[in-house]
Amino acid sequence: MNPHDFTSGDYAPAPESSDHISLKKSYDLFIGGKWVKAASKFDTINPATGKVIAEVSSAGKKEVNQAVKAARKAYDGEWSSISGAERGKYLFRIARLLQERAREFAVIESMDGGKPIRESRDIDVPLAAAHFFYHAGWADKLEYAFPGKKPKPLGVVGQVIPWNFPLLMAAWKIAPALACGNTVVLKPAETTPLTALKLAELLEDAELPAGVVNIITGDGETGQALVEHSDIDKVAFTGSTAVGKSIRRTVAGTDKRYTLELGGKAANIIFEDAPINEAVEGIINGIFFNQGHVCCAGSRLFVQESIADKVIRKLKKRIGTLKVGDPLDKNTDIGAINSAEQLARIKALVNAGEKEGACIWQPEGRLPRKGNWFKPTLFTDCAQSHRIVQEEIFGPVLAIQTFRTPQEAIEKANNTPYGLSGGVWTDKGSKIFKMTTSLNAGVVWANTYNKFDPTSPFGGYKESGIGREGGLHGLSAYLNL
Amino acid sequence: MLDVTTLEGADSVGKVQQMCAKAMRPLPEDPSVGPAGAVCVYPRMVKVAAKAVKGSGVNVASVATAFPSGQMRLKERLAEVRYAVGQGANEIDMVISRGQFLQGEYRAIYDEIASCKDACGEAHLKVILETGELTTYDNVRYASDIAMAAGADFIKTSTGKVPIAATLPVTLVMLQAIEDFYGETGRMVGMKPAGGISNAKLAIQYLIMVKEVLGEKWLNNKWFRFGASSLTNDLLMQIRKQETGRYQSGDYFTKD
Amino acid sequence: MTIKKTYKLFIGGKFPRTESGRVIEVRGKDGALLANMSQASRKDFREAVVAARKASAGWAKATAYLRGQIIYRIAEILDGRGEQFVSELVSHGLRENKARKDLAQAIDLLVYYAGWSDKYQAVFSSVNPVASSHFNFSAPQPNGVVGIIAPGRGSLSELVSTLAPVIVGGNCAVVLSPQDATTAISFSEVLATSDVPAGVVNILTGERDELGLEFAKHMDVNALMLCSSDSDETRALELEAAENLKRVSVHPNKSLKEDPYLITDFQEVKTTWHPVGV
Repeated sequence: MNPHDFTSGDYAPAPESSDHISLKKSYDLFIGGKWVKAASKFDTINPATGKVIAEVSSAGKKEVNQAVKAARKAYDGEWSSISGAERGKYLFRIARLLQERAREFAVIESMDGGKPIRESRDIDVPLAAAHFFYHAGWADKLEYAFPGKKPKPLGVVGQVIPWNFPLLMAAWKIAPALACGNTVVLKPAETTPLTALKLAELLEDAELPAGVVNIITGDGETGQALVEHSDIDKVAFTGSTAVGKSIRRTVAGTDKRYTLELGGKAANIIFEDAPINEAVEGIINGIFFNQGHVCCAGSRLFVQESIADKVIRKLKKRIGTLKVGDPLDKNTDIGAINSAEQLARIKALVNAGEKEGACIWQPEGRLPRKGNWFKPTLFTDCAQSHRIVQEEIFGPVLAIQTFRTPQEAIEKANNTPYGLSGGVWTDKGSKIFKMTTSLNAGVVWANTYNKFDPTSPFGGYKESGIGREGGLHGLSAYLNL
Repeated sequence: MLDVTTLEGADSVGKVQQMCAKAMRPLPEDPSVGPAGAVCVYPRMVKVAAKAVKGSGVNVASVATAFPSGQMRLKERLAEVRYAVGQGANEIDMVISRGQFLQGEYRAIYDEIASCKDACGEAHLKVILETGELTTYDNVRYASDIAMAAGADFIKTSTGKVPIAATLPVTLVMLQAIEDFYGETGRMVGMKPAGGISNAKLAIQYLIMVKEVLGEKWLNNKWFRFGASSLTNDLLMQIRKQETGRYQSGDYFTKD
Repeated sequence: MTIKKTYKLFIGGKFPRTESGRVIEVRGKDGALLANMSQASRKDFREAVVAARKASAGWAKATAYLRGQIIYRIAEILDGRGEQFVSELVSHGLRENKARKDLAQAIDLLVYYAGWSDKYQAVFSSVNPVASSHFNFSAPQPNGVVGIIAPGRGSLSELVSTLAPVIVGGNCAVVLSPQDATTAISFSEVLATSDVPAGVVNILTGERDELGLEFAKHMDVNALMLCSSDSDETRALELEAAENLKRVSVHPNKSLKEDPYLITDFQEVKTTWHPVGV
C-alpha cells in the first residue's frame, strides 16, 4: 500500500519515541530521602508486550516500619518547623519539575500501565502537575478554608493507590497531604510502580526534606502493613470497595482518620432531547477512557427508549473507528488491559452477560497477539438484574438499558450500592438540575463526562467511599479542625 | 410461586424485557435463588416476554378478556384470548363480567368462562373474580364455584386495578371453595391472590392458610401463585436478613 | 387522683407500644413508679428505619426555609410546655435550677440550628474554577437516614444537641434514647405537634447494649452519630458499620456544643459539572 494513499482511510503508525526516558533496571525503596534495599524484588511488566520493564522492591513489615519512622521523624522535625508559605514553595517547585519532565513521565506511564499515550500525555501528567500547583497555594491559606476553625496537620499519612492512574493518584494523595503539613508514606500499586518511583527521584531534585515523602513498593501485604501500622494518623486509600471495607474495619475504634475512594457503577443517562452526536462522544469517553479502568466510568448507559435504536447504531459506528493497540501510538484510543488478572475478570463478567441473555456486540478486527487486550464491547437488552449491570467490570464494557421517564431513570440509576458518579445528557436546563440533584452520586456531569480538575472535589456516596479529594472540600481530610 | 407482573398503560418493550430479566434471576449474584413462576403482562407484550424468558422455565401469563373491566362483547374477548395464546402465552388471566354477575346472570358467567377455557387450548386459565367488586363473601363463594365448574385451572382474587384487592378472609373463602370442589370432583384447582401483597410477612400468612385449608399438595407454583410486583424484593431482603443478621436496604436489590 | 401517662415509642409520627411487650420501670428518687417505659426491640428499630426512609425524600426536598420554620416551631412548642419538662426532669433527680437551665439550653439549641437551615449550604459550598469551559460547583446534600445513639444521661439538651443538627440538614433520624428517662418520649409529643412530618424523627427508648449494634448493622441506615466515651463500644459499632460504609461520627457521651460542622458531618458533597458555551 502506498503510505501516502489517503483513500485507504487507515492511519500510519505514529509511535511516541521512548528514547528520552531514563529508567533503571532495578529500583529500591525511597525511605527517609535515601534509596533503601529490600529483601526481595519483583518485576513490573509492560502489559502491551508482556516484557519486563524493570524490577522493583517489595517492602516487608520491616521496611514499612522504617518508612513510617522516617515520616514521623520528618514530621516532628524539619517539616513542622517551616512555614506554610515555604511548604507551598516546595509544592510549586514539584509542579514545575513535573511539567518540565512531562513527556518522560507520560511515556513511562503508558509503558508500565498500558494506557494510550494520548491520555497519559494530555490528561494524567498535566493533571498531576496541576494538583501540585493547586495545593501549593493552599499551604499558607488554610485558615480561610474552614470558618471558625484553626486547622492543624494530622501527622503521618499512609496512602495506598491503584494502578489505573498511577502518577495522578500519587499527586491526588501527596499534594493535599503536604499542603496541609503532613508527611507521607505512599504505596503505589503492584503493577504500576514506576512513575511513583520516578516521582521520588523528582522529589530528590526538588530537595524536599528527607522523610517528608516516602515511597515503598509492594503488593497488597505491603499496603495492609502500612494501613495497620500503629504510628500513622490517617489512611488514604483508592481502590476496590472490598479492600476499602477491610481498611475501614482495620481503623475501627482507633483515632486514625481515613478517606476511601472506592468502586462505582455509574449511570450515564441520555434523554431523547439530548444533543445526540455529542452524547455519543461523551458515552464513548465515559466508558472507554483508560480502557474502562476508571472507578467513575459511565458503565451503565440508560437510553430513553424512543432513541435507543438510533443511539446504539451511532455508538456502534463510532466504536468501529476506535483504534485498539500500541499504547505508545499517538493514534491509539484504547490501550492494553493493565494485567492478565484484570483481563480474566473482564472476560468472566462478559461471559456472564452473554449467559444471562444480554446481547453482546464487538467491532470487527483483530487484537495484537502478545499482551493483554480486550475489544470495546457493548451489551444491549440489559436489565438491572444482570451481573454486568450490578458489578464493577473495570474494563471497556458498556451495559445499555432503556428507560421511559425521568423518574424511572432516577430510580434505576440510584438502585445500586455504589454512588460515585453519574452523567446526564439533555438540552433542557431544568431537567439537568432535576437529574443531577436526584442522582445519589458524588460527581455528576451534565452534557460531558470524565472531566477532572484539582479545584473540583471528587468522591463517592454510599459504598463508593468516604470523603472527598481535591478542591476546598478535599482539604479537611488532611487536617484536624 | 410469584407471577411477576406489570400491567400498566406505560408498559414498553424495554420495561417488559427488564422485568423478565428480574423474573428469571431475582438475585443476580446468587443463581441458587430460583426464578418466578411466570411473568404477567398485557397481550401486546406477550411476544416480547415470551422471547425474553425462552428456555428459562418461566411461564408467560397474559391478562385478556378486556382486562380489567371485562366490559366488551364476548366475541372480542375470546379473540383477545386466542391472540395472547397465539403470541406465546402459556397462561391466561381472564376477568369475569362482574356487572352480569351482580345482575344475577350466573349462567352467562359460566358460559364465558367455559368459552375462554375452550379458547385457551393448552394454556392454563386463571379466572379473576375481582372480589373487591363482588363485595360479599357469599358472592365470592358462588363465583368461585361457578368458575371451577366451568373449567378454571386457577381462581384469582383481583385485577389489582380496584381499591380493594386480595385480603386474607376473601382468600380463605376461595380456598374453602377449592377444597370442597376437590372433595366432590377430585380435580385440583389452583389459587392466586393478587394485589396488595407487598411483603414477606403478609405472604407467609397466605401460605399458612393454603397449607391449613388445602394441604401441602397446593404449596408449589403449579397450584399456588402470588400476583405481585414488589413482593419479590421484600422476600429477597428477608432471605438476606436471615443469612446475615442485618436488616437490608433497597439499594442492594435490583428494581426491574 | 392524678392520671399517669403511658410512655410509648415514637415511630412514623405515631406512638406505638413496643412489639416486644417489654417495659422498663422508671422510678423517681423516692422510689415511686414514674413510668413503665417501652423497651424497644430490634423489630421496633426496623420499623423506625422504614418510617425514616419513607419520610426521607420529602424532608430532603423540603425547602430550607420550611425546615428552619419547623425547627423553630419545635422550640416554640417546647417553650410552651416548659413547666412539664422542668417537673419531669426534677422527678428524675435534677435540681430545679439545673432543670430550668437544661430546658433553656434545649430551646436555645433549637433556635440556633433553625437559623442554620438556609445558611450552611452557602457557607460550605464552593464554586470551583476548573481549567475548562465548565460551571462547576460543590454543595452539600443530606446523607438520608441517620441513626443517633444519644448521650446516656437523659437530659433534654443532650438529646436536642444531637438531633437538631441532623434534621436541619434534611436527614431523617432514628434516635436511641437512654432508657432511664421519660424526657425523650415527652419531647416526641412536642415533635408530634410541631409540624415535623411523620417519620422525620423516630425515638426509641431501650437498652444501648442490645440495640446499638443493630443501629450499626442496618444496611439502610446511611450514617451514625455515636455519643460514646467507651472505646470498646465504638470499635464494635464501627466494625459493623463498615459493611455498608456508614458515615460514623463519634462524640463524647455528653451534650454537644453548638457547631455547624455537626450539620456537615451528615452531608455528602456533590460536585456538578455543567458546560458553558453557545
